[in-house]
Amino acid sequence: MTQGVFGTSVKRTEDPALLRGKGLFVDDIKRHDEAAAAFVRSPFAHARITSIDKSAAEAMPGVQAVYTTDDVRSLGPLLAQVAIGKLRPLLADEVVKHVGEAVVMVVADNAAIARDGADAVLVDYDPLTAIIDPEYAATNETLVHDELESNVIHTWEAGEADAVQELADREDTVVTSLKMVNQRLIPTAIEPRGVLAEWQHGYDRVTLHTTTQQPHAVAGALALTFGLPGVNSARVIAPEVGGGFGRGLNVYAEEMLAVFASRELGRPVRWIETRSEASKSTIHGRGWTATATIVSEPDGHFLAYSLVGVADMGAYSQNFSVAIPVLGQFTMPGQYKWEAIYWKMDCVHTHTPTVDAYRGAGRPETTFYVERTVDAAARDLGMDPIELRKKNFFQPEDFPADTLIGMTMDSGDYGSNLDILVEKADIKGLRAMQEAARAEGRYIGVGIATFVEACGLAPSGFADAGVSWAGYGLPSAFNESAVVRINPDASATVVTGTGPTGQGHETVWSQIVSDRLAIPMERIVVIHGDTKDTPMGIGTGGSRSVAVGGVAVAIAADRIKEKAAKVAAHLLEASAEDIVFADNGAHVAGSPDKSVSWTDIAATAYQPHKMPEGMEAGLDMTAFFDPSNLTWPYGSHVAVVEVDPDTGDVDLMSYSAVDDCGNIVNPMIVAGQLHGGIAQGIGQALFEEAVFDEDGNLLTASLLDYLIPTAADLPSFDLAKTTTPTDANPLGVKGIGEAGTIVSTPTIVNAVVDALSPLGINDIQMPLRPKRVWAAMQEARS
Amino acid sequence: MEVSMTVNGREVSGDVEPRTLLVHFLREDQRLTGTHVGCETGYCGACTIHLDGKAVKSCTILAVQVDGANIMTIEGLASNGNLHPVQEGFWERHGLQCGFCTPGMIMAAVSLLEDNANPTEDEIRHGIEGNLCRCTGYHNIVRAVEYAGAKMRGEEPPPPDWEEGS
Repeated sequence: MTQGVFGTSVKRTEDPALLRGKGLFVDDIKRHDEAAAAFVRSPFAHARITSIDKSAAEAMPGVQAVYTTDDVRSLGPLLAQVAIGKLRPLLADEVVKHVGEAVVMVVADNAAIARDGADAVLVDYDPLTAIIDPEYAATNETLVHDELESNVIHTWEAGEADAVQELADREDTVVTSLKMVNQRLIPTAIEPRGVLAEWQHGYDRVTLHTTTQQPHAVAGALALTFGLPGVNSARVIAPEVGGGFGRGLNVYAEEMLAVFASRELGRPVRWIETRSEASKSTIHGRGWTATATIVSEPDGHFLAYSLVGVADMGAYSQNFSVAIPVLGQFTMPGQYKWEAIYWKMDCVHTHTPTVDAYRGAGRPETTFYVERTVDAAARDLGMDPIELRKKNFFQPEDFPADTLIGMTMDSGDYGSNLDILVEKADIKGLRAMQEAARAEGRYIGVGIATFVEACGLAPSGFADAGVSWAGYGLPSAFNESAVVRINPDASATVVTGTGPTGQGHETVWSQIVSDRLAIPMERIVVIHGDTKDTPMGIGTGGSRSVAVGGVAVAIAADRIKEKAAKVAAHLLEASAEDIVFADNGAHVAGSPDKSVSWTDIAATAYQPHKMPEGMEAGLDMTAFFDPSNLTWPYGSHVAVVEVDPDTGDVDLMSYSAVDDCGNIVNPMIVAGQLHGGIAQGIGQALFEEAVFDEDGNLLTASLLDYLIPTAADLPSFDLAKTTTPTDANPLGVKGIGEAGTIVSTPTIVNAVVDALSPLGINDIQMPLRPKRVWAAMQEARS
Repeated sequence: MEVSMTVNGREVSGDVEPRTLLVHFLREDQRLTGTHVGCETGYCGACTIHLDGKAVKSCTILAVQVDGANIMTIEGLASNGNLHPVQEGFWERHGLQCGFCTPGMIMAAVSLLEDNANPTEDEIRHGIEGNLCRCTGYHNIVRAVEYAGAKMRGEEPPPPDWEEGS
């Protein structure tokens, strides 16, 4: 017997504070005597620093210190989880390597003086040639970093190129190939990054509030950087964090520098990023240029697939760096059965800001390539893109399904999922509408894309595969921990290692505990984002939180249940096996009147003399969960667009989706994750692009130039679901944070290309802004 | 410079540098940290407040410009501890995730409904397009405003549109 809240749309417990403006984000937490930091950043993508004149800034009233690389060089570079390639110096060391690189840190009595101080620092540069194009970087001998042998810092390769080529060379096969750019994006969480560093002199410990998704990693980096006795001396707290999307799945130089300044000055030090800083000093995402090739038989039977290209890493490797493309490798084959496969991705440095994890991280990129190319193959073969997909999908009886890339997918019924979408969205009717519109000279497109995602990262053994993940001095693994504690007053405290940034973990983890222990949700508090409270936590990313962290919570709750049943049995003079939990207490199965409340159980558990003989007091359980596999959510999406023949403007008319993320704890929250994810993927398809000029200047450094979708750009989304649980964890949950972002991008591009196919247009590079679409139409018409 | 105004029904005053933005006066001097700063260029809308009853972006106004004005921030919206229908709508229809854009979004939505008691979906979308949200895709924000509009008109709000069941 449970409370039955698993699987229900419970309103979020996070919301009351946030709705009243009482949520505490980093910049809302103030300290007496705090100082503020500001940075002088490079205006050049590649230049030698010839002089730095700090004197005017240092003379300014209220300026406390002006730091350059000479002050912090001994701390070493910014540590990275996967330390391959060139690591970032905390402040630029002799040569700047991208626009926006921090050169000087000014600390002052408040933020305005710090900014004035930074503006008064004079830095002279001798500009050098900047390498911006990743393909050029991969093939040219001019180096981004003179001390490295090559701009290519890592190459991922899998499958057999020869086998793919052999099939492509066969006379009876159809070869479809597209070279496409999956453009560089700026994550654009609405809360800028921020830190509040407090060095505790006398104790030599530090507390850092920061906008992170992975507090434990930051603590590891602090401990190593500052030579602390261990992570026990670095407390990292992620309070309310205004959006993640991967930008918080990193460790940043400003975190280390604020701690350094706090140590030097003996004052708390705050730094809050400006929006233009956010566009250049926070990580970027995507940035791939690659060629996808499908080899088919004339009847549409897929034979081979290859994806070969370069992934831009930017100037410095940070947290995951070269590991991002390998996440894409997992889903590179899509949902399709191939006879041969080949994948090669060169990771290259360029003189641009770091590229790292952005919502989906590798999986949106590979899904984009395969789903765009499947649509192109359908045109080459003269087949319906839905029928072509269904013909080549893994079938229900294939699961667990081994892919040629070396993964085993847990469960799925891709064909049925797509059939439901076809029915629900009335794709037949849409095609008829499209045909009628075409007769009137209108360009309406119906775009479909399907996907399978690899998430729930990850079986901990993955950390030993391919590259080392131990850059923060912490054991590398991808498991998760949780503590469930029934307090002496029968309230419950749940402590999790995940680092939510709006995903509703407080609500969902409470639901999991309430469901298992029959404790009302209002008696449960979830603590997250504080390294003091948890033994370990990898954090929130890779759609992993419920499938790893949530499961750890469930296991810890089950351990509580096991012990509490013995206590209840003792009180009721019954057998522990007969105890069931319901209505904020426990009773003997079949005898609801033979009951005790959680208050009775908790009171007994904290009074050793009332406990069963030999049983230790307390109700406090820790669990670690290591999943047996990744989880593999999937789904089918369709978008309908109309392209204005005169302006190239794309109107997104409707969007429907059928997703399968296994069992669901809170359907409302799952729908919200899909809405946001779909919108972000649409942003990539239609609006967003980090644009550099040939000198490496970022031309999209404000929200006026870097367009994220507004409410007026989007329709409502029509969602439905299928439910295929995973066996990788005992809750059967798969994860939903990235699904929408992964598939909506190719869905939209497929729709626009479908709209323009009467003109013979086969591809347009993203983002599909009016100018680009109009140019493609003009070229096709002439 | 001396500046005084009414904030959430309370007379307040302060001595500010002329360059102090209204949002900084509210956040730093008045410690009303529910009004957020997301971009400093007036584009994201996280700093939206009501100035003499109209939604404005408080990062584009100097504190000294609003001397004598009547200001309402998110902290002043609930009355006697009861959520405003728009706040209630955001809770009931999952109109927020990280919550950072939420105060500004709610203040914009309140203003929208005061101008147009029964907006269409399209009017809602255009009415809040000056406020950016990166989490929700706006779907549930629109549902939240629809919920609030119905409540304020004394009507039964439309049911949630997410599919129930695990």
